[in-house]
Amino acid sequence: MSSHYEAPIRKPLIIGDKNFHDVTVDVARPVEGRANKQWWIAFSIALAAFLWGVGCISYTVATGIGTWGLNKTIGWAWDITNFVWWVGIGHAGTLISAVLLLFRQKWRMAINRSAEAMTIFSVVQAGLFPVFHMGRPWLGYWVLPIPNQFGSLWVNFNSPLLWDVFAISTYLSVSLVFWWTGLLPDFAMLRDRAFTPFTKRVYSILSFGWSGRAKDWQRFEEVSLVLAGLATPLVLSVHTIVSFDFATSVIPGWHTTILPPYFVAGAIFSGFAMVNTLLIIMRKVSNLEAYITIQHIELMNIIIMITGSIVGIAYITELFIAWYSGVEYEQYAFLNRATGPYWWSYWLMMTCNVISPQVMWFKKIRTSIMASFIISIVVNVGMWFERFVIIVTSLHRDYLPSSWTMFQPTFVDAGFYIGTIGFFFVLFLLYSRTFPVIAQAEVKSIMKSSSETYKKLREQHGHDNHSHSEHNH
Amino acid sequence: MYTFSSRLKTFSFILMILGVLGIGYSFFTAPKTVEDVEKILAAESHHDGHSGHDAAHHDAANNASKDAHVHTTQDVHSNDAQQKDAVDHAIHDEQDQGENADRHITGTPGRDSLATPAANEADTPGNAQQLPAGKSDIATANNQDAASAHHVQDHHSASEAGHAAHGAEAHDAHKEHQEHLEHVLHQLQNKPWAAVYVAAIFFMLISLGALAFYAIQYAAQSGWSPILFRVMEGITSYLLPGSILFFILLVLGVLHVHHLFIWMDPEVVKEDALIQGKSGYLNGTFFLIRAVIFLGGWNLYRYYSRKNSLANDEASDITLYKKNFKMSATFLVFFIVTESIMSWDWIMSVDPHWYSTLFGWYVFASFFVSGITAIAMITLYLKGKGYLEYVNTSHIHDLAKFMFGISIFWTYLWFSQFMLMWYADIPEEVTYFVTRIEEYNLPFFGMLAMNFIFPVLILLNTDFKRLSWIVVMAGIVILCGHYIDFFNMIMPATVGDQWFIGAGEIGAVMFFLGLFIFVVFSALAKAPLMVKHNPYLEESKHFHY
Repeated sequence: MSSHYEAPIRKPLIIGDKNFHDVTVDVARPVEGRANKQWWIAFSIALAAFLWGVGCISYTVATGIGTWGLNKTIGWAWDITNFVWWVGIGHAGTLISAVLLLFRQKWRMAINRSAEAMTIFSVVQAGLFPVFHMGRPWLGYWVLPIPNQFGSLWVNFNSPLLWDVFAISTYLSVSLVFWWTGLLPDFAMLRDRAFTPFTKRVYSILSFGWSGRAKDWQRFEEVSLVLAGLATPLVLSVHTIVSFDFATSVIPGWHTTILPPYFVAGAIFSGFAMVNTLLIIMRKVSNLEAYITIQHIELMNIIIMITGSIVGIAYITELFIAWYSGVEYEQYAFLNRATGPYWWSYWLMMTCNVISPQVMWFKKIRTSIMASFIISIVVNVGMWFERFVIIVTSLHRDYLPSSWTMFQPTFVDAGFYIGTIGFFFVLFLLYSRTFPVIAQAEVKSIMKSSSETYKKLREQHGHDNHSHSEHNH
Repeated sequence: MYTFSSRLKTFSFILMILGVLGIGYSFFTAPKTVEDVEKILAAESHHDGHSGHDAAHHDAANNASKDAHVHTTQDVHSNDAQQKDAVDHAIHDEQDQGENADRHITGTPGRDSLATPAANEADTPGNAQQLPAGKSDIATANNQDAASAHHVQDHHSASEAGHAAHGAEAHDAHKEHQEHLEHVLHQLQNKPWAAVYVAAIFFMLISLGALAFYAIQYAAQSGWSPILFRVMEGITSYLLPGSILFFILLVLGVLHVHHLFIWMDPEVVKEDALIQGKSGYLNGTFFLIRAVIFLGGWNLYRYYSRKNSLANDEASDITLYKKNFKMSATFLVFFIVTESIMSWDWIMSVDPHWYSTLFGWYVFASFFVSGITAIAMITLYLKGKGYLEYVNTSHIHDLAKFMFGISIFWTYLWFSQFMLMWYADIPEEVTYFVTRIEEYNLPFFGMLAMNFIFPVLILLNTDFKRLSWIVVMAGIVILCGHYIDFFNMIMPATVGDQWFIGAGEIGAVMFFLGLFIFVVFSALAKAPLMVKHNPYLEESKHFHY
């Protein structure tokens, strides 16, 4: 990687008077301590929501999809909206761990672990929808091309829904491996610090006997780089394939070529917003403000601003091309979005996704924790509505006016969604108490170049920007 | 300081002179009259046509069912297919063309189509074999037909169903023949202009791609690239002359000197309801106003960022750097908007019936990777001459990674656009790719090999990305590939199946390449090749990866 020399203009990424040992202690503290009352309250709420969701899923499977608000015109609504929303949220994790690694962004090191956890937990939520929106989920295994006794009856590889199966399952597996590889040195750290035989045993198993030899580190870095190189096209292709579910169709409002990159941009947008939401809370409750600094939040806000602008451009492009195409169905689809019965969801989406990130141009707002937190939630509301608008408004009014209808969700639709939110937080809360939430090994690797301590030392020794500081430490 | 070597300067002049000769030759030899075209076609038939006609021919039944489908599902274009008998030109099979269903329903006379070129080839023995009786050429892109629509008067009311019935309708053979000759005449007259246009836009966009890369480096506070800033500034110096020449080409289009944009032709618009619907956007005045804003905005950023960059060499604080940082961020916002619109205006509108929402970003990826490739190649040239002391293989490695990554990104966008249209197969938009696959088969798929397969295979290896000759070789292939990409975007709509890469095309590339080299290296010689006082300069000097 790059040298230890760093331009003095760069602000420190680890603030406070931290040394290597402090990093270890700070990261291990939430794992080694006991959960407080707030954690238990939050966990109970999440668990209750999760169980409620389990109930709704069971009810759906036992009774039938008719318990949902779908109708003959609108065969996809909350199920696929939530699926795409969760997949989208998951993308920021890979973005942070893979793309920011390829771009050598050192600030990613404090946030990548939690972002990847978020990826995995949200992909798990997403994965529930394709299964349980099936009319016969017990035949779900038929989507797999396995030799069978029906004369080897196979799947048709032409369907984007089948591509989804491969995309999501590959994505989950690769993300999991990528995440776990990065965890090895950190689990080893917890193993070496463990004071009860039980935790010692657990972290010994989890850390796969990591001993941190030079050769191990060398391979470790290579593997990380290769996985980052693979995860980047993967993350693009996964959400692209999800977008193909719509874009390959002939439905006005769905069939548009910009969907692949625009879905990906939207995924980064909503994913980063979710990371921001979670980390703003986490840095506070786990006392990690020295590592997840205001600069981290500002940088995430900038990414939200950039991707929000890209999404905005895509909206305008779609509107323009709908007019330009001269196809009246296409024109009507967009007119219907803006002025039809779901106008409120369209304008809510526009406000949340196009206008709200633009306030990040003001430094005062993007460096305010409160403002960032609010906007990060607003963005996720907006992105939920984006998927809702794309799916429902395109379906409820298309070619034949005799098929026009409306969509009204039932409590089962909502219950399933609430259940996945609960499940997500159950997993995330458990994670935050048992896993090292900051990749301490990586953070230690930028200690000398980017921590406040070392930056001060450099200044004192008079190493201005014309010297090689790495030789002097 | 770099001094422009006299050898390179001479080389650039030779390129320009040869280029002008090639361009002049192609204008000189372009047919002036219908009689010329007749001679050309007659001569061609003795050589068994040319590659454009190897395209697959679809049988009429297929076509008919396709048409039926169109009418039931879409308010799209129907085509009256025309077919000619190999001997007496008597049988006409109509090719449907660009009406919407409303017009059919109301019985408004549809705009008639023209004989497709391939159908006409049938009057020559050589092609007759390729086009057996009872077969007709598939309906080709709307734009092509529209390109000469104004020479054609309506013969039919296209309002009735049962298009097969039209096939039997007899036409005045001579008149049909004349129409076809005029169609080919216009394509051949477009050819030298299109050649110049493709080369002009390609080189201008290379320097715009480098400018976008430069702005991103500033805005991202990149630590590796400041020692390459002067190289990038050199490349972007071509933006001004490039955009002036390009703007002149646009003005000439609006003045009807050339006919690359058929929507600029009032005769065509009169006949074409679809273009009429777009005339609020596609009209000469607004088109030129937009061009002035886009080109003006880009050049202003380029001018002031260069000015600040030069002034910053003497600066004692980082005020100018901060100014450039803010300007770059603002430029990038302006750029993302104008780039999309620019691609609709200057490229997509040559096919005024076709549209794609992805198009702007696809064009961006194409010239962005070309711009980065140009930076890498010029850096390597200067380094080879011993000018860039601090540039090491790590910098080259990074540039090569960008070439590699953006090449994949380009392919991703290419595939997304192509696959989605191929998959949905909606006639009004798929014609775009049908023409290209049938008439531009080799360039269309060849560019994929050049822009994707080759760079990906060769630049995957870390060691290779540090070898100058590998990067240069990959760079040449990428640049040629993206030239062909632009060729594929412009040519099918303007010259149709009359394309070939001859004196005009090669001459235009040589001329603009010569000009590019001359302008860029003159600019490189005007300032020290390394910036001073950039806050990230030290990082960049000591950059190792």
